[in-house]
Amino acid sequence: MASALINVPKKAKRGEIIEIKTLMSHIMETGYRRTATGEIVPRDIITSFVCRYNGVEIFRADLFPAIAANPFMTFFTVATESGKFDFEWIGDRGFSETASASISVE
Amino acid sequence: MRCARAIIIAVLLLIAAAIGASCLSAAEIPQGERRSGYDFMTPDTQAIQNDDTANPGMLWVLDGEALWKSKTGAAAKACADCHEDARASMKGVAARYPAFDKTLGRPINLEQRINMCRVQHQQTTALPYESRDLLALTAFVAQQSRGVAIVAGADPQLEPFVAKGRELFMQRQGQLNLGCANCHDDNWDKRLAGSAITQGHPTGYPLYRLEWQSLGSLQRRMRACMTGVRARAYDYGAPGLVELELYLMSRAQGMPMDSPAVRP
Repeated sequence: MASALINVPKKAKRGEIIEIKTLMSHIMETGYRRTATGEIVPRDIITSFVCRYNGVEIFRADLFPAIAANPFMTFFTVATESGKFDFEWIGDRGFSETASASISVE
Repeated sequence: MRCARAIIIAVLLLIAAAIGASCLSAAEIPQGERRSGYDFMTPDTQAIQNDDTANPGMLWVLDGEALWKSKTGAAAKACADCHEDARASMKGVAARYPAFDKTLGRPINLEQRINMCRVQHQQTTALPYESRDLLALTAFVAQQSRGVAIVAGADPQLEPFVAKGRELFMQRQGQLNLGCANCHDDNWDKRLAGSAITQGHPTGYPLYRLEWQSLGSLQRRMRACMTGVRARAYDYGAPGLVELELYLMSRAQGMPMDSPAVRP
């Protein structure tokens, strides 16, 4: 039941700097912890995050085991045209989630 | 002569007043001085709670909303089939739990109430304590009480159970021989290592603790405190733990709920 929370302004003026906030549900298991019986808990993390604005990549991040569970990522971009932001998270064990948000630029 | 006697009496009265005041400081927190755990946090942590798209607790709320609408069990019923729109039907519910259950003759908490519904009405299995689904449903129900003042413990039938919870709150226990009151009534304005001690008002459960990197229930928090004083923690759902939960809620009567809260 992984789910994402996205916060993109619905409207912006052309050329305005806007903030984008994303929160993805994920346990981010480091791979360094052990169970009570001493076996290593296998690593299970998100490894990469990409944001595309009308198909053009505007933000990319690599994630590592030291990042806390439910990674919250926030970044800025310039609102150039109306359209769609596509978000993609990729991780261990075939983890792949997408989300999108639209914006109208005047 | 008369003047000197008056001064002596005045001094004695002052000493008595001072002793009285120092006794008060080691007693229960006056209504006007009650503060939610939120007030002890840094502005950065408060900002996480304030913004619903930054508050990780909302991930559980979203899951809970989906579960609320999904049919389950032999009865093939969803929560929504009986309770309809949670925004209306569940408003203020979390603020009055733990509540008295007539058939059991004792208080039950919100998690137990949800599981009771699952077993009796949806005819399915009870969800384990601290499981993702139970936390999600509890968080979704509790969120509907945001801003609602806590009323739990007002039911006169609960009186003996609140008293038992209070007794447990005051009771010293564990290898460190500490009761809840020794920190949360007497020393809430101080710090334990780097952390604020806080008054222990459960306004925001289930809540997201940054330390847990997860949502957790009030019982999980209380069990952690018990382990902290090196006492043997009660099992999840144990009547003693529910009574303590009830006492904490009754102690916070009138304070607004802020579930799902974020705490360090």
